[in-house]
Amino acid sequence: MAEARTTTSARRNGHEPDDPIERPAPSGAGGTGSLLTRAWRGLAGAVQQRIPRADLDERDPDYIREQLPLFWLFSSLWFRGEVRGLGNIPDEGPVLLVGNHSGGNMIPDTMVFTVAFSTYFGVERPFYQLAHNLVLSLPGLSWLRRFGTVAASPENARKALSSGAALLVYPGGDYEVHRPSWEGNRVDFGGRQGFLRLALEQDVPIVPVVAIGGQETALFLTRGERLARLLALDRVLRLKVLPISIALPWIVNVGDFGHIPLPAKITIETLPAIDLRAEFGPDPSVDDVYDHLIRLMQDALDALAAERRFPVIG
Amino acid sequence: MRVNASRVLAAPIEDVWSTVTDPERVLGYMSGVTRWEVAGDLRSGLGARYRILFRVGAAEVGGLVEVVEFDEPCDFAWTSVTGLDHRGRWRLREAAGGRTRVEFRLAYVVAGAGLSGWLAERIAAPTVADHARRTLQQLDRLVEHEQLRARAARRQGRAARS
Repeated sequence: MAEARTTTSARRNGHEPDDPIERPAPSGAGGTGSLLTRAWRGLAGAVQQRIPRADLDERDPDYIREQLPLFWLFSSLWFRGEVRGLGNIPDEGPVLLVGNHSGGNMIPDTMVFTVAFSTYFGVERPFYQLAHNLVLSLPGLSWLRRFGTVAASPENARKALSSGAALLVYPGGDYEVHRPSWEGNRVDFGGRQGFLRLALEQDVPIVPVVAIGGQETALFLTRGERLARLLALDRVLRLKVLPISIALPWIVNVGDFGHIPLPAKITIETLPAIDLRAEFGPDPSVDDVYDHLIRLMQDALDALAAERRFPVIG
Repeated sequence: MRVNASRVLAAPIEDVWSTVTDPERVLGYMSGVTRWEVAGDLRSGLGARYRILFRVGAAEVGGLVEVVEFDEPCDFAWTSVTGLDHRGRWRLREAAGGRTRVEFRLAYVVAGAGLSGWLAERIAAPTVADHARRTLQQLDRLVEHEQLRARAARRQGRAARS
């Protein structure tokens, strides 16, 4: 029954039924403790249950408008945010904004960018952000949905783009966001290319969004991939990482269920839009486009890094 | 929050008027403005709409505005249609000696956001006031420079004729 419920709710959220979550645990893991496995499965089911139904109509422009001043204050005073090149985003129509993701689970770069996007184009322009399942299922974060945050899945992305909206995606996701601080100035999508297939399928332009500073909001030590595998988090919660960082107020922060980010200066540069078919021909190779995009974003990030004189201060 | 700046420019009122009401010249003198685009068919005059953006803090704010007063050559005012709620006004008055007294006013409200809105309004105020002051300085330089050029051109014309 629980299985069936999980599958339905997964479908409901726009996840394919063959998502990793649905796959049975490899037989090797079963022997060591089926009780533990079952407990984890139960938790997975609970998380799935909590993921809200992806309804684009939940985005509430009036709500965003009322919240903008608060986020503008954080963005301006705490992070001294600077967003450049928003004019590179086409003024209307669907567009896939592809960002490098930093700053652990507090996602300071997303906040700075969302404020800048919303004031630049107006809250009236539909704008959605894809987020990790776990983010959307955490209690107390339901307001994110009113900001236009939907669970990351090809189905939801398709829905948003075909409605003509701008969609922000961080292909690196949890993998990139928890990279160690000394890799802060590296674009690392972990080889994830689904967003490119999506852009080709929907025939929408891609706009790279390159951010720096997020990885300086705490001292990120390790992604804890081995730890995550050991605890089967990847199968249960779609989490490939169990990050360990040194962050306020916990000092040692395992799992990162929230921390106080240091006031690092965050600079974001929006690069010129890429029309994939115009630049790579009618049937582009996803690998080629991926390599090109990573190179482009890495170059921009290197330039932003060269501008910085001190960590955190900027 | 209301921000005000004024200055006496050494130029006739008509010249100042034609400068401040020309949408294509706004980027040349208005401080903090990153966009001032004609939206719609009407380029200038009552009812003309512009898409404007000001850089304040970490964001560019603004939106669609509409000209609600166009009283040549004295009063030019616009009000926001979308985006940040605000009004702007150019108030020009003739001063002695062919000069013009110029007043630039911006009034803005951060609506519906409670305490954070109240705070944001006040924190942005010094930046906005600074932009207003600089706008007038730059406008001053622009129109006075144009006066000098026009006078020089007239002198050259007279010299060529005689």
